[in-house]
Amino acid sequence: MKISRFLKTILMTDFISGLFIAVKELFKQKKTINYPFEKGKISPRYRGEHALRRYPNGEERCIACKLCEAVCPAQAITIESSERADGSRKTTRYDIDMMKCIYCGLCEESCPVDAIVQGPNFEFSTETREELYYTKEKLLDNGDRWENVLAANIKSDNPYR
Amino acid sequence: MEYLNIIFQESYKILFLLVPVLVSVAMIVWLDRRVWAFVQKRQGPNVVGPFGLLQSLADALKYIFKEIIIPASSNKVIFILAPIITMTLALIAWAVIPFGLEQVLADINVGILYIFAVSSLGVYGIIMGGWASNSKYPFLGAIRSAAQMVSYEVSIGIIIINVLLCVGSLNLNDIVIAQKEMWFVIPLFPMFVIFFISALAETNRPPFDLPEAEAELVAGYQTEYSGMMYAMFWLGEYANILLMCALGSILFLGGWLSPIDLYPFNLIPGALWLIFKILFLFILFALVKAIVPRYRYDQLMRLGWKIFLPLSLTYVVLTASYLFYFNLLPTI
Repeated sequence: MKISRFLKTILMTDFISGLFIAVKELFKQKKTINYPFEKGKISPRYRGEHALRRYPNGEERCIACKLCEAVCPAQAITIESSERADGSRKTTRYDIDMMKCIYCGLCEESCPVDAIVQGPNFEFSTETREELYYTKEKLLDNGDRWENVLAANIKSDNPYR
Repeated sequence: MEYLNIIFQESYKILFLLVPVLVSVAMIVWLDRRVWAFVQKRQGPNVVGPFGLLQSLADALKYIFKEIIIPASSNKVIFILAPIITMTLALIAWAVIPFGLEQVLADINVGILYIFAVSSLGVYGIIMGGWASNSKYPFLGAIRSAAQMVSYEVSIGIIIINVLLCVGSLNLNDIVIAQKEMWFVIPLFPMFVIFFISALAETNRPPFDLPEAEAELVAGYQTEYSGMMYAMFWLGEYANILLMCALGSILFLGGWLSPIDLYPFNLIPGALWLIFKILFLFILFALVKAIVPRYRYDQLMRLGWKIFLPLSLTYVVLTASYLFYFNLLPTI
């Protein structure tokens, strides 16, 4: 036992086998990606930046039921509503404080008309806090921009809801 | 006039050596990081320039524009002098490294002694930096570093004696030429291994990077340094690593000799062979950095004094008696 241990030490077998493993790993596929140029795959359920969606005819989906405002655990959502000229109830104000938001996804889950959703975008950092107080215009704009992805995500996730 | 001319010629030669050395130091830092990353299956620096080759230049640029902070309680003169000394000593040793039969800046007959003396002085830069910072961690790091470098210098010295016994000359070119028949790595293989490990300790590379053990000493003697002064320490360290790789390839791997004295290999200039050998040793350095954990301080000292020193001393006796018995001692 002692002699074998001595031989192991003097021949540095542990070190040399480690070296061989290192050389083997050297040529293997890298586990990391070149982030700004390559991006990892995102699940359709990913809870990223918020967006307010519209119907295909351009009418906004939100009916100002305020379920999202009520369910929001961080109380990040503020909604004010009034009756529009055609008699439908619509929001006049829909603000999300993105710094309060904890990205739990409860607003999306509570929405009866799939109006407020959380999209796949996670790169919306800003230089000032003010830019992170999202207004209705910003959210609708997000919805228009990401509509294709959002619709596809909701569709693919539908069987599990 | 004549005198000026000589000075001009010499400085031209020095520039011709130093600029490639400094550029290769930058490249070698990139290579080090890249190999390290690859072993850990990361990408490593790959954005600046092709394959990230210019990463070190970008870093250097960053260091130049950073503020140099000199601690209020430090000894300012020594504090500023320390990185300068480290870098200068790492660079002047290159004067005697032969890149070919005639391609050497100073073909002095005590070349190996000169390198040994200069690399021993290297510890002064570190200990001055640690002392002048006048704070705990740099001081502890410097003390550790001094003890470590002194310990391993002893075994390196005795390993060099092994080689010198086979050569019979202190001139580095003679050492290279003596390996024409057989590289010294074959008969002196155990010494080569010990030399390699001692070189790791000598240049404060992992697993012997105790002077800058982040977990306990922040960054060791470099803690109080910033900006260009930190970069100079860093440059000196890598220049030292390159120098140790060069010394290893000259002492054991046949320097600028080609591995086989055959037609296609003969055409490649000796300098290129030396560079290949340095690169090979450096990649080994980088791989070792990636695979080994840091030694504890007592283990480090035990390895240096109780294992390497007796082993290399025994090998000196063995080499000497072998050469003497078979009457192979080199004639002077």
